[in-house]
Amino acid sequence: MTQYLIRRAGQSVAVVIGVMILTFLLLHLEPGSVARSVLGLKATPARVAIFDSLYGLNKPLYVQFGIYVKQIFQGNLGVSYQLQQPVASLIAQRLPRDAILLGLSTLLALMIGVPTGIYQAARHNRLADDLLAGSWFTLYSAPDFMEALLLIALLCVQFHVLPAAFPGSVNSIGGLFADWPALVLPVAVLSVNSVAGFSQYVRSTALQALAEDYIRVARAKGLPERLVLTRHVLRNSLLPVITILGLSLPDIVAGAVIAESIFNFPGMGLLFWQSALAHDFPVMLGGTLIIGVATVLGNLAADIAYSTLDPRIRYGGT
Amino acid sequence: MAAPETAPAAAGPSPGGSALAPEGGEITATATDTQLSLRGLLHSKRALTGTGIVVLLALFCFVGPLLYHTNQVTVVLGIENSPPGPGHPLGTDQYGIDVLGRLMTGGQSSLELGFAVGIATTLIGLLYGAVSGMAGGIVDALMMRIVDTVLAVPTFILLIIVASMFSLSLSIIIVILTVLSWPYTARLIRGQVLALREREFVQAARTMGASSRWILARHMVPNTLGVSVVTATFAIADSIYALSALSFLGIGPPPPFTDWGTMLTDGVNNLFNGYWWQVYPPLIVLVLIVVAFRQVGDALNDIVSGHRSNVLRRRRRFRLLPLSAPRDA
Repeated sequence: MTQYLIRRAGQSVAVVIGVMILTFLLLHLEPGSVARSVLGLKATPARVAIFDSLYGLNKPLYVQFGIYVKQIFQGNLGVSYQLQQPVASLIAQRLPRDAILLGLSTLLALMIGVPTGIYQAARHNRLADDLLAGSWFTLYSAPDFMEALLLIALLCVQFHVLPAAFPGSVNSIGGLFADWPALVLPVAVLSVNSVAGFSQYVRSTALQALAEDYIRVARAKGLPERLVLTRHVLRNSLLPVITILGLSLPDIVAGAVIAESIFNFPGMGLLFWQSALAHDFPVMLGGTLIIGVATVLGNLAADIAYSTLDPRIRYGGT
Repeated sequence: MAAPETAPAAAGPSPGGSALAPEGGEITATATDTQLSLRGLLHSKRALTGTGIVVLLALFCFVGPLLYHTNQVTVVLGIENSPPGPGHPLGTDQYGIDVLGRLMTGGQSSLELGFAVGIATTLIGLLYGAVSGMAGGIVDALMMRIVDTVLAVPTFILLIIVASMFSLSLSIIIVILTVLSWPYTARLIRGQVLALREREFVQAARTMGASSRWILARHMVPNTLGVSVVTATFAIADSIYALSALSFLGIGPPPPFTDWGTMLTDGVNNLFNGYWWQVYPPLIVLVLIVVAFRQVGDALNDIVSGHRSNVLRRRRRFRLLPLSAPRDA
């Protein structure tokens, strides 16, 4: 177990280093030069030269990479071209809001997805299962923005029940909850996509669980079907969901970019989108680094949680 | 989900604690996997329906304009935003361009992109994964860490970054999407190759003195073809979707380029004016094509995994875009 953890952690470190190299290279792949992006196209060659030597941009690439890594560890992710603010503080402001948005939507998705999955497994291959599977499949396949747009068209334009977007003034966590009606749609849209994934996953693990001997024993001893489902099937199908949670992190983040840009939610996704429109590379790459590291950590945490929660799982030296 | 069980014939020894040996034991096949998959495809209603929709939409996009001539070039301000009626079955858009005709032109780029990315991704991923799996050791470890790195960052995020660097055209987007999506296929194929490596027929070939290249070409590639086709169909759906999402965010290729995502985006701006005919047609075809490809992929996957380890099946339920970093397959 310890051996496995060490190996797994080693892999994660390698991937984090890889992500750093990736973002560094992307920063240098940017057309034109950093100096031109910051100083503008009319900057004189002399000013460009001064800028380059100031930020070490005239040094060899590997030296620059060293500086880049050092800066990252000092919490310096560069400065936004557009907003003239440190990227780290821009991200730090927004991360808690995303934690709320993504946390709420994932929680909602689990609360709907897990029971539906179990229900579908219990009604395996009957009409209810087919109907649910079909509708989840369509929702799962439909573009994220479609659901958002249809909901806006229905709830905001037709019936005026909910606001279509966050007011631009929201900039604190308290503000998020004060404007809770605006929070409803983003959370709903983000969870719809996850629900489809979760429920179908739980359905297939629950089907596997239902075929196990312990279920037959439970039924044979006269346990009511409801208890069979909650005590045995539910517990055993919940476990793989942990892995799925870790794995779905990138999907959730990508969904967040779209949802946040639609609903004007003041999170990382909106920041990222606005930076993309403004060609603000330090912000995009700083965000990418954070997302990459979060994904790696998420997967590692999921693996560890998985092995700790299930005493049967012992990772050997594969 | 009923996977056709194959007779568990004498299970090969799975050496070295490899967790990758096929679960049902060795399979005594009289047809190649590809033949079996094809046969399965013809018997799967879902796969047939999906393929039918894809073929119909492809005909609609590529043959349609030959039969239904419309102006797709010049702005006609007199008839902009006109509702469906004679002459314009689906109305016109904000430039007075026929929506039905636009749907065909836009679909061409969506489909071209999907197929190009699907094929390129699969070829590169197949080769990379097979080489990595065959090489083993430090080469494999290194190659896989590269894959892990690309997979650690959501593809869509990388796509946005790279897309904002270049002035986009369809071919550039195809290149970008291919570069960003092959690692998923590579990872999956490597897992398959690792499992195949321990199978008797490969060991037999090796005993007979076959070179690695021979084994790669004659055993690994044909036997991973089924899985590759599955990932290709998903890659097609994912890339069509990615392009539409990119256009939706306003970072897609500039006009006069058009795809269903662009149409949808333009239409949405007019949705609040009540111009529903600019939104629902592209929305419906977009959903239809993505659902169709995923249905084919899903059905093929059931067929392929029916006589193979269920590595893929465990993963597939959870793919939206080719974004997630898969666990050790």
